[in-house]
Amino acid sequence: MVVDMGAQGLWVIMLSFLAAFLLSILPMPAWLQWARPEWVALVLIYWVIALPHRIGVSVAFVAGTLLDVLEGGILGAHALALVVVAYVATLLHQRLRMFVVWQQAMMVFILVGINQLICQWVHSLGTLGDRSLSFLLPAVFSALFWPWVFAGLRHLRRHYRVQ
Amino acid sequence: MFVKDSSAGARLVLWTIASLALIFADLKLDNLNTTRSLLGGLMAPFYWAADVPVRVANWGEENFSSRTELIEENRRLKSEALMLKARAQKMAALSAGNTRLRALLNSTALVQDDVLVAELIGVSPDPQRHYVILNKGRAENVYVGQPLIDADGLMGQVIEVSQRTSRVLLISDSSHALPVQINRSGVRAIAEGIGTLHTLRLRHLPATTDVRVGDLLVTSGLGDRYPVGYPVAVVSEVQFDPGQAFANVSAVPSAALNRSRHVLLVFNEGGDESITEPVPPEAEESNGG
Repeated sequence: MVVDMGAQGLWVIMLSFLAAFLLSILPMPAWLQWARPEWVALVLIYWVIALPHRIGVSVAFVAGTLLDVLEGGILGAHALALVVVAYVATLLHQRLRMFVVWQQAMMVFILVGINQLICQWVHSLGTLGDRSLSFLLPAVFSALFWPWVFAGLRHLRRHYRVQ
Repeated sequence: MFVKDSSAGARLVLWTIASLALIFADLKLDNLNTTRSLLGGLMAPFYWAADVPVRVANWGEENFSSRTELIEENRRLKSEALMLKARAQKMAALSAGNTRLRALLNSTALVQDDVLVAELIGVSPDPQRHYVILNKGRAENVYVGQPLIDADGLMGQVIEVSQRTSRVLLISDSSHALPVQINRSGVRAIAEGIGTLHTLRLRHLPATTDVRVGDLLVTSGLGDRYPVGYPVAVVSEVQFDPGQAFANVSAVPSAALNRSRHVLLVFNEGGDESITEPVPPEAEESNGG
């Protein structure tokens, strides 16, 4: 029975990551591109907070590498960023669970900001990127989307009893 | 329920080192390309799935557009076809004349390039990097370095090929530069992408150069990557600053970099040695018979 539950739960987790991958490459008009939240980071942060014993830096590395391949950037950039994000979220998961949703959103802003900063560093190794702070905009939008992501994933987790 | 800090820390170190190794391998070693193209093949379904909404919208537009709209479009396309045909008539005479003159001058004849129609199935999700994903790959003999054009001008070059898809770097990406020529005066220059879709910059053009707003930039064919004579951009701004050694010249790409959905991959002769030409069936038959 317990094994069944685990297998079922795994499906929910994998599907949520799959949806995040699709959303992060969905074609969007140019003026909306900066407003795209970092979906994979959001989903990862949720699962780390909810199930820190199952989802951690290893999952973050795999998801990050897949995202790098998908986006065709420097291999390892998102992997490194998400590993760091997952580690910090693992350390903070008990505190994050206590927070009300807007406090969580603040933390999500900081976590996704770290993610963006690391990606920007790695990409500036490869090419001359622009030096503006616009790379932080996705972090703002990730924080704005967090309450809905959180509510949606929590509903899924409770409905399918993912543990 | 409890997360052991020591094991989490150990895994952090392990995976951080793994990511850093990946970054190093990607930046410094070249042999990651085969791995990349394999993984890229696995990723094709993602791009296909992400493209579904656009395709559904197109399908709906095609099937539910009204009769009058269709008639209207048909009429417009017919007149456009007539116009293009008229232009092509003149072109035939001109290109014949051009070939004769080139033969007189003992220079190489301009070869008609073969093209392959491809469709965009994905665009870069990162606004700082400009690339597109096409639905043609190694199965259609697409190769790394192949030029991509649309109806109006040059778009970019293929940088990664998998079995069914390929990734094309656009000329507006900040890591891209290409040799161009001003069509009016023949002055050669390098057009660099600066990371915005609507601007290219001409680098290191002496302040005395003959360049004006409205000049057409075409590929010069130097650099052995792009074939000669495809329109690249139109000069939009020229600034001669007396304090600077070089002129400040910007240009607007001719191709609709963020609008074209149907694009053309150009097979240019001698551009890449690694492509193997398929043997034409007639040749085989004549050999056999």
